[in-house]
Amino acid sequence: MSWVDLGPLAALPERGARCVRIGGLTVAIFRTSTGEVFALRDQCPHRGGPLSQGIVHGTRVTCPLHDWVIDLKTGQATGADEGATSTYNVRVVDGRIALELPAEALAKAS
Amino acid sequence: MIRKRKLVLVGNGMAGMRAIEELLKLAPEMYDITVFGSEPHGNYNRILLSPVLAAEKTVADIMLNTREWYVENGITLYAGDEVVRVDRARRRVIAKSGLEVPYDRLILATGSNPIMLPLPGKDLPGVVSYRDIADVDRMIAASREFKSAVVIGGGLLGLEAAYGLQKRGMDVTVVHLGATLMERQLDASAGTLLKRSLEERGLRFVMPAQTAAIVGDERVRAVRFADGSEAAADLVVMAVGIRPNVTLAKASGVACERGVLVNDTMQTYDPRIYALGECVQHRGACYGLVAPLFEQAKVVANHLAEFGIGRYAGSQTSTKLKVTGIDLFSAGDFTGGADTEELVFKDPARGVYKKLVVQANKIKGAVLYGDTVDGAWYFQLMRDGTAINDFRENVLFGQAHVGDSGTAGADAVTLLPDTAEICGCNGVCKGDIVKAITKKSLFTLDEVRAHTKASSSCGSCTGLVEQLLANTLGGDYSEAPAKKPMCPCTIYTHEEVRGAIVRERLKTIPKVMEFLEWKTPDGCHKCRPGLNFYLLCAWPGEYQDDKQSRFINERAHGNIQRDGTYSVVPRMWGGVTSAKELRAIADVAEKYAVPTVKVTGGQRIDLLGVKKEDLPNVWRDLNAAGFVSGHAYGKALRTVKTCVGKEWCRFGTQDSTGLGIKLERITWGSWHPHKVKLAVSGCPRNCAEATIKDLGVVCVDSGYELHVGGNGGIKIRGTDFLCKVATEEEVIEYCCAYLQLYREEARYLERTAPWIERVGLSHVRERIVDDAKGRNALYARFLESQKYSQTDPWAERAAGTQAEEFAPLRAEPRPEPVAELVS
Repeated sequence: MSWVDLGPLAALPERGARCVRIGGLTVAIFRTSTGEVFALRDQCPHRGGPLSQGIVHGTRVTCPLHDWVIDLKTGQATGADEGATSTYNVRVVDGRIALELPAEALAKAS
Repeated sequence: MIRKRKLVLVGNGMAGMRAIEELLKLAPEMYDITVFGSEPHGNYNRILLSPVLAAEKTVADIMLNTREWYVENGITLYAGDEVVRVDRARRRVIAKSGLEVPYDRLILATGSNPIMLPLPGKDLPGVVSYRDIADVDRMIAASREFKSAVVIGGGLLGLEAAYGLQKRGMDVTVVHLGATLMERQLDASAGTLLKRSLEERGLRFVMPAQTAAIVGDERVRAVRFADGSEAAADLVVMAVGIRPNVTLAKASGVACERGVLVNDTMQTYDPRIYALGECVQHRGACYGLVAPLFEQAKVVANHLAEFGIGRYAGSQTSTKLKVTGIDLFSAGDFTGGADTEELVFKDPARGVYKKLVVQANKIKGAVLYGDTVDGAWYFQLMRDGTAINDFRENVLFGQAHVGDSGTAGADAVTLLPDTAEICGCNGVCKGDIVKAITKKSLFTLDEVRAHTKASSSCGSCTGLVEQLLANTLGGDYSEAPAKKPMCPCTIYTHEEVRGAIVRERLKTIPKVMEFLEWKTPDGCHKCRPGLNFYLLCAWPGEYQDDKQSRFINERAHGNIQRDGTYSVVPRMWGGVTSAKELRAIADVAEKYAVPTVKVTGGQRIDLLGVKKEDLPNVWRDLNAAGFVSGHAYGKALRTVKTCVGKEWCRFGTQDSTGLGIKLERITWGSWHPHKVKLAVSGCPRNCAEATIKDLGVVCVDSGYELHVGGNGGIKIRGTDFLCKVATEEEVIEYCCAYLQLYREEARYLERTAPWIERVGLSHVRERIVDDAKGRNALYARFLESQKYSQTDPWAERAAGTQAEEFAPLRAEPRPEPVAELVS
């Protein structure tokens, strides 16, 4: 599979996120307080809210629209809520963020 | 590997199992758990036996934990086997079957036994008590075969039994020793009303009357009274009370009086043995209701999990009767004494009776009949010890008449159909909530919020949801956290957290979390914004704002919309604008293709649908025309609304527009626990709607009236009159001092209206009006804080601050496949 470079890790705020648009898909790249990095489709399973804009705590993010709490590791809603958003492979290599191009983004772009 | 310790629970009822469930939440792996229950079932909600008897629910509806649940959680259940002895020296329990199970820790939750009067004939077939599923089965079986029933005891349980049997088609007579029904919970007036409406439903009462004997040969035939008369009976239900079941504890040498004696950590005389529920006696009190055992269960679990911080300090309890269509509520000391007063409301035609017992301005007890909507509210006021002098004249009419800021229930929720929408924000119907409560065994408001979303947004239906919870779970349920932590990440309240920040000079979020032993590594979306505000308020100029702990609106300085775009509201001082400003707004709207331009309720212009990447450029253009941020997105000073005042208006008494602009210039940029809106009206006609604002100024010929604590919104609340001042300078000083008091004392996300209702208008008057020195100090602290907050956040960001917030990442091809690099 092909991977893309998203710039240095320092470009991501700690306990925060930024987005990247690939094809028609918006992917949110999260960085936790412990320096872990996660990539999720930027769409809450509830009403499609932009998860990248939420508050990041532990390995979770709270959607800014209706406070659903999404697990960054699995994309699953936590607590009593049910639903999931897609997760993608992302790594930090030599201090730079690398994202595996999501298959659906390639499909959308073509 | 460490050997798991062994925990044995004796008593598979609500109390014991609640403790196990709490323990599993705290320390799921700590113990091997064994449960003994004398009944051959899983664990069920005993409070709901009455609706089962009345054929309103089935046994399946009231099961809390099925046998499968025990298996899934690795708990060994011996249902139908009774523990007969505890060998404390060898730390083993011995069951009737001969089974012996060792323990490291033991919980006794043996509940209570029904009192059986020592009457001749009490052992005849057809004489039953009312305690468990087997009793209910016997009563239902009898109702199919026989016609007449006598219930001995006109208390809560007796009346519920009588009602259930009547619903099953029996002719029911209630025999009661006292002169009025439910005298432990009701005064004579309410008892009389209750009797009348039960009689209308077909129940018969013999009272006051003493039962002398139960008569019959093969089976019970009648009940004979002390005066020799008889009432025919094919079934006799004895419901005269319960007694803590201490047999096992006594036999095992654990100290007992009326109940098993426990201390504040719920430990018995033997520290390895805990006890809770109806079998215990704590500080002299035995409880027969469900709310206390929830609190006790938390304490037991806390100590078993070795957290060692829980203490049980006793409970105040309230009661409701589970007879469909009869609303009845009772709490605390409802009879009163020499030093108490009674507030009474009676409307016999509507069948409504309310009585509050008041001592030194605080509610000590309540009896409500016919209209119990405010029961929970009175109970809360009673438990919190809230002084009622500020709203005493309206207190009997209920929370809705005390300018409640959005938490009252509406009409009796029991009468609503299942399809009635309870939560308007999230579209949750009554049926959904009731189903979630029963199917998922929910017990608290927070659980209902998590599972259904009802009451989790604006909160205006909280009262209704609490009523549904109470009605579904059984009437004597009540939400009873003695102290409410700031969020699940901590055990401390808002006040305790703020106190620690100031006292310990904590100046960063990590320091606060470390000092107060936060349970999560970096908090959650509830506590972090609150902590950020508390620190900002405590250490102005010193605290480094934590952007990542702010809600997106305050991070992006615009309101996020449902499609992820933002709205932009430039500040228009006092709602006054000019041709130049309007032209600039029009230019921005065209240049950035803003889809919607709207006038707001606060006399501003809102540009809706701006893309996040465009925000800095939009702001730059607006800055160039002299605009700054309107803070329409923040928990901050929003707007000062004005009318045109004496400059133009023929009725105007003062320069309301000018004063409004002055107020906005001095207060803009200030952060608050919630949004804050001000208004200045030029005369009592009040065109600026100042009396529904957080602070409203109404100009009169002789000066300025200050009104506080109003809001429109979810539930409209008119302001309270604070005081009248003579000059504009005083208006400004009082206003700033009031805002500072609110900033320093209100809980995060609490608007001025609920804050004032919580602390009382008298308190605000004392601090702002009566105490000139204190007011000056508050005013000075506000001005000091404003030195650091009046920088336009838009200008900073238009100049490039936090550029990464507004720009997406860019994806570039990588020279080599990354998989090789990392492998």
